[in-house]
Amino acid sequence: MLGTGLLQGLAVTAKNFVGSFHDPARLVTTEYPEQTTKLPENYRNFPFLVCDAEQDPLGTLRCVACRICETECPPQCIYIVMERDAKGKALKKPKVFDLDISVCMSCQICVEVCPFDAIKMDQHYEIAETGRFRELLLDREALTKSNAYYHRIHPTEAAAVDALLAEQAARQAAAKSAKAAPAAKAPENPPPPPPAA
Amino acid sequence: MSTALLPVAAISGDAIRSGLAPLCAALGPADSTLERFPLLLRDLATGWLPEPWRWIVNSLLAIVVVFVAFALLFALLTLAERKLVARVQNRPGPNRTGIPLTQIRLGGLGQPFADGIKMLTKEDLVPRDADRVLHFLAPVALLAFSILAFAVIPYGRHLVPVELDAAVLYFFAAGAATELAVFMAGWASRNKYSLLAAMRALAQLISYELPLLLSVVPVVLVAGTLSTTGIVERQGAWHFGFLPAWHVFTPWGFAGFLLFFVAALAEANRSPFDLPEAESELIAGHLTEYSGFKYALFFMAEYFGMCALSGMAVTLFLGGWQAPLPFLEFLPSYGWFALKLLALLAGFMWIRATFPRLRIDQLTRLAWKFLVPLALINLGTAAFWSLTAHWTGPLQLLRWAVALTLVIGPFVGLGRRLSAGTAPRTYRYA
Amino acid sequence: MIVAFATIALFTLAAAAVAMTLRNLIHSALLLIGSWLGIAAFYLWAGAEFVAFAQVLIYVGAVSMVVLFAVLLTRHSRADLSVAPDAARRVIPALLAGGAVLGVLFGGVLSTPLRVATPGAPAFGVRELGRLLMGPHAAALLILGALLTVALLGAMVIAAPSRREDGSNSPDPS
Repeated sequence: MLGTGLLQGLAVTAKNFVGSFHDPARLVTTEYPEQTTKLPENYRNFPFLVCDAEQDPLGTLRCVACRICETECPPQCIYIVMERDAKGKALKKPKVFDLDISVCMSCQICVEVCPFDAIKMDQHYEIAETGRFRELLLDREALTKSNAYYHRIHPTEAAAVDALLAEQAARQAAAKSAKAAPAAKAPENPPPPPPAA
Repeated sequence: MSTALLPVAAISGDAIRSGLAPLCAALGPADSTLERFPLLLRDLATGWLPEPWRWIVNSLLAIVVVFVAFALLFALLTLAERKLVARVQNRPGPNRTGIPLTQIRLGGLGQPFADGIKMLTKEDLVPRDADRVLHFLAPVALLAFSILAFAVIPYGRHLVPVELDAAVLYFFAAGAATELAVFMAGWASRNKYSLLAAMRALAQLISYELPLLLSVVPVVLVAGTLSTTGIVERQGAWHFGFLPAWHVFTPWGFAGFLLFFVAALAEANRSPFDLPEAESELIAGHLTEYSGFKYALFFMAEYFGMCALSGMAVTLFLGGWQAPLPFLEFLPSYGWFALKLLALLAGFMWIRATFPRLRIDQLTRLAWKFLVPLALINLGTAAFWSLTAHWTGPLQLLRWAVALTLVIGPFVGLGRRLSAGTAPRTYRYA
Repeated sequence: MIVAFATIALFTLAAAAVAMTLRNLIHSALLLIGSWLGIAAFYLWAGAEFVAFAQVLIYVGAVSMVVLFAVLLTRHSRADLSVAPDAARRVIPALLAGGAVLGVLFGGVLSTPLRVATPGAPAFGVRELGRLLMGPHAAALLILGALLTVALLGAMVIAAPSRREDGSNSPDPS
């Protein structure tokens, strides 16, 4: 009969209206900034440097300034200067580690090539600044965040990295003790192979 | 208490020249203080003035109160519409605006005032070659005639601003005169697309005048009077003690109410008949060259038209200020009127949130080929109904059966004939 | 009373006079509509509410649309909208004809003995009007209705697309 379609339409809108008061599926707005959407774990945006202890961030940086990420970065947004002591010997820490996030494209290549798991992907999205050049060039202090933070934002990944590092450390310790013991007993034995990195 | 008030009421409400309708001598709910509260307030304010001045001030007071009330209602309606439509679309609607320059959020209640301030501070552009006088006069004329229509709606038992013998005719005369302003707006813009859109808007308005007026004629026929207060008073009984004698609860009244509602949707340029003012139609139609406050005035006039037509629908079909059940009369008459008015306005918004827009040819076809014949047949049904008012007992059933057939039959038949050849939509996905 | 009458008269006559003299045809039409509103005010002044509202509904609401549509649809360009008297020769006969009509009307008004209305004359309500229309004047009403229907049908026939011999419709060249 004429008009039944109209009434069905009215019923649908009425159901939506009434449902929007009690049914979360019918009011899908998250009122930002009071409420924020929970980001998925694999969301990534811009890198950060991992430090192992929160109390001494710059002292426990995993980065040794090997500059592999600087070389591999496609838009070349990383600038690293190794810290050297008074005699010019390289201390394995970065003196300058600048990352220009107006250039960075979050491709994660720096993370993939880092041999020391020192640089990982962060989850920025509220990064609006008023200047393009100074404010969007993050330096060493701004980039350093703790491993605990890394566990908070990427728990599975951080757990895997921690397990890997622990295994490496255990193997190195075992190799060191294996090297020390036969070195005391039989110096003519061939030295053990270097530990796998 | 009530007898002490009667002498005061006799002086202030006496004779033809009072600003509000003369008090009827009816007792009962008419006497409760809550019911007479507006009159008491008014007498408190102006009771001390000498006679000709008191009439003038009373009239001015009535005008100001009606205008302010409907202007506030307009502001709240824009917000309510946005929130209602938003909730239907699964989002909250404006809920941030509150008091400016502070962090106080009133859940969106400041939105209409924010919009008003925005409209006021916009630059008022008039095209160089436009007809400045007409361009200025068009919103003024539209608003003037829309406000005139509020004068004859009975808002409560003693609350009709002007008591006229031919009130219904006055209302539709004021409404018809608003069409002129639409033409003036389109013409004065010196924009051939505006003119074209104004012509289309005019065609829509004229086409729907006819069902609007024809659906009101049965009410006048059965009520026997053109006066709005008379029509409301004739709907004051209760059948079997609980069924109100409103016109909408009769077959011809129900059909008439639906016809009036659809025609009112079109007369007020509301969705789904909002072709004249849709954004995808020739920009803003006849309002293209209007900005700032004049645009706001056009919208105000549209909302006033909507409120006035809803008020008239409540008066003619839904029993005006009558309460639906006898024991519910503790709520004063203006409260019931307000509730019914808000229900109708919510219905307008519900329909806007649901239906897509009609094209101009679908619009005019609906008016001339569907609504006008139905309205004419409804007139016949109402005539039959009023002629058989004296039938009782089993003949009542016959009366209802015949009336229902006369209402439903043509509806179904015309509907079938007009939608013949259009099959239900099938969707083929490539 | 007389002040109100004079004001309404002045407004109506002024609107009509300016409507005659203006160049812009749309402005003239709108001023003519203003003079119709003045006539509605006259009816209200005389106490004939029903006729006043009917005047507004029909003239300002409908006839004005007819006039405006007719003006707009028969002008080929906006320049056509300015009108001016063709020549001085045509003004003189026009004034003479107008003056003759005015003289006849004045003579008729002045020579009729008008009864002075008693103060507090009973308002002629809508109900009495209806009874008169449906009673003694029913024949006139029905004849007028038939006349209007015929006029409407005639207009539709004139405006309808003419059917050519090969059966295709063509809109009337206008």
